[in-house]
Amino acid sequence: MDESRTHIISALILHKPGVLQRVAGLFTRRGFNIENITVGTSEQEHLARMTIIAKGDEKVLEQITKQLNKLIEVIKVRDLNPEITVKLELCLIKVHTANEKVRSEIIQYANIFSGRIIDVSPDTLTIAITGSPEKIESLIDLVRIFGIKEIARTGPTAISRGTKTM
Amino acid sequence: MKGGEAIIKSLTDQGVEVVFGYPGGVLLPLYDVLYDSDLKHILVRHEQCAAHAADGFARASGKVGVCIGTSGPGATNLITGIATAYMDSSPILAIAGQVATHLIGNDAFQEVDTIGITMPITKHNFQAMKAEEIPGMIKAGFYIAGTGRTGPVVLDLPKDVQEEEFDYDQAPDIDLPGYKPTKKGHPLQVKKAANLILNSKMPVILAGGGIILSNASDELLKFSKLVEAPVTTTLMGKGSFSEDDKFSLGMLGMHGRTVSNYIVDECDCLIAIGCRFSDRTTGLISEFARNAKIIHIDIDPAEIGKNVDIDVPIVGDAKNVLNNLIKIVSNKNNGNKSRNAWLNHVVKFKNNCEPNLLYSDSIPLKPQQVIKELYNAISDDTIITTDVGQNQMWMARYFSTRNPRKFISSGGLGTMGFGFPAAIGAKIAMPDNDVVAVCGDGGFLMVCQDLATIKEYDIPLVICVFDNRRLGMVSQWQRLFYNKRISYTQLGQSPDFVKLSESFGVNAERVEKPGEMELAVRNAIKSGQPYLIDVIIDADEVLPIVPPGCGLTEIVGEYKVEQKTPGEILYKKNKKEIGGA
Ligand SMILES: Cc1ncc(C[n+]2csc(CCOP(=O)(O)OP(=O)(O)O)c2C)c(N)n1
Repeated sequence: MDESRTHIISALILHKPGVLQRVAGLFTRRGFNIENITVGTSEQEHLARMTIIAKGDEKVLEQITKQLNKLIEVIKVRDLNPEITVKLELCLIKVHTANEKVRSEIIQYANIFSGRIIDVSPDTLTIAITGSPEKIESLIDLVRIFGIKEIARTGPTAISRGTKTM
Repeated sequence: MKGGEAIIKSLTDQGVEVVFGYPGGVLLPLYDVLYDSDLKHILVRHEQCAAHAADGFARASGKVGVCIGTSGPGATNLITGIATAYMDSSPILAIAGQVATHLIGNDAFQEVDTIGITMPITKHNFQAMKAEEIPGMIKAGFYIAGTGRTGPVVLDLPKDVQEEEFDYDQAPDIDLPGYKPTKKGHPLQVKKAANLILNSKMPVILAGGGIILSNASDELLKFSKLVEAPVTTTLMGKGSFSEDDKFSLGMLGMHGRTVSNYIVDECDCLIAIGCRFSDRTTGLISEFARNAKIIHIDIDPAEIGKNVDIDVPIVGDAKNVLNNLIKIVSNKNNGNKSRNAWLNHVVKFKNNCEPNLLYSDSIPLKPQQVIKELYNAISDDTIITTDVGQNQMWMARYFSTRNPRKFISSGGLGTMGFGFPAAIGAKIAMPDNDVVAVCGDGGFLMVCQDLATIKEYDIPLVICVFDNRRLGMVSQWQRLFYNKRISYTQLGQSPDFVKLSESFGVNAERVEKPGEMELAVRNAIKSGQPYLIDVIIDADEVLPIVPPGCGLTEIVGEYKVEQKTPGEILYKKNKKEIGGA
């Protein structure tokens, strides 16, 4: 019961202004510890999918899902089983390139991580990488020594494997 | 049709006959329609009172109450009332004016983000940006407010939307894919609960406000007799089960009756229905009902397991679940599980720890004596509202409520100033019932301007001000827990409430001696006019209390319960122990 772990909650919400505010307000008000929220469109035009990453024990998670469910504009909420869930994030990293050597080194790292160079300037490279948050962390750690100028991460979004939908 | 007309038509279509409100600039178009509308509008003297009145209306009648306030300060004045309704799951629709749509976001005159402010204190809120949205929003608003776990809904209404013309034929069907309240309890869970109850030896029912909201008092009575369980209630559940019943234990909790606090501690099965286990009800959670398996029936799944761990959860409407439980239990009852011993124990215990304390000679009057006389003066369908503080807890503890919706009080938010305006709403909703508001002198002063309203509309209700010249409840805490440092809780120069009332044209009298209260209340009710009774009570009287952070049996200010023989009451001694004024 008391075991605290990271949960991936997927919620279908009405695609309307103010819904994000309702959800965010609910979390602050009830003192839920949320690591990340992403929102985007879903397979249904009038619905958006929200992916929430939250840490807590079962009891806290039960409250989070129940309280979310109480919002009139929230249609469906699931605490996804991490073992059968794909969790991916997009990250853009702008790195300083001091010289040609550094530049080619960064490109190599990007390749190893299946990242792409999406922008080049005389003294920067911008890498785009998708993957698990852990994978992204590793790449960031690797290129940190060159001097990171900017990072933009979307935060993870998730979907369950197999034919089952939520 | 104009937006403003659509509002009135939509309200009328919902069966609304009366609204409580206060106008302002952005509401001019709506009030222009009200001018020759059949919808009755009661002009209160403060928007907070409009919201409390709508709330009182809802609690007394079970219908959705409606209040109106203008943008900016009008809306913020409604907030306390909306939050009060939210905490006690009371169904109201609050209509707030808003600046014209093209001005929203510009910090326009009297603009406030009503939607943002009310998000955390409403079940839902709507902003109408086009007149054509109004009928659907009001229809959905009533549906949301009045179903499932009921609660307040806000409609934010910009000025230009009230003036906009559109074709209004019929309100659209309600389309709320994310709102499907569960009514029926899961059959397996209900069966589990029935078995647990049948196999228990010492069951107790804890009835919350959910019983009243679900109109399930008859079912509760039937069920309690069937399973032979005594009934205790939360503050919100007061009236769900007649407190004159032999097996009623009265209220549980911080200011609960001794018998209920002890019996819940003792029981082996607690059947909690429509309550949310607030800290004021449970005391120290780890000590709460420590010997019991707990069944929790509630319409809001989020309440289950929120504060207390539950053995058998049932999500569903109290009435529905109780009916199913009754069905299962009556089929299984095999007679050999008589709970005579348990019930005898409970009744004996109850008689022993609720001795007849004698206050009849005391001057200044003891609140217990005042309450006894009040009880004698009214009928069992009189609606009582209370304010917040000692007056409320004395009433909760010593006044026997016999019927649902006859004890109306701000529980969750504990809003001073609630009692009087809630009584206005209750009287408007139930004109054939007598209505008595019991208030503290502090709380009444917060809303006394609405004496003008009851005079103007000739709303015959009786206000009893329990006048102790101090903020009694806070003062009591200072005496008990803050070294008797009475910091800013003496009201000092109090007004003469009789003269105050008379200046509004409301008849009033002062009561100071035993016997006078009963007479005064009878006369006040008989007068058929609004009436105020200023009751001078003993300011030093201490209300028994379970100190915060303690288990429910650690009551102070009460006779010691170990002394189970009647008459051996250590009340006076204990009182000294916690200090006088
Ligand atoms: C609006 C509001 N402000 C402050 C409080 C805190 N409070 C709770 S009880 C109380 C004292 C109430 O005094 P009074 O109305 O005279 O009633 P009494 O306790 O003396 O019966 C106060 C200040 C509150 N509950 N509500």
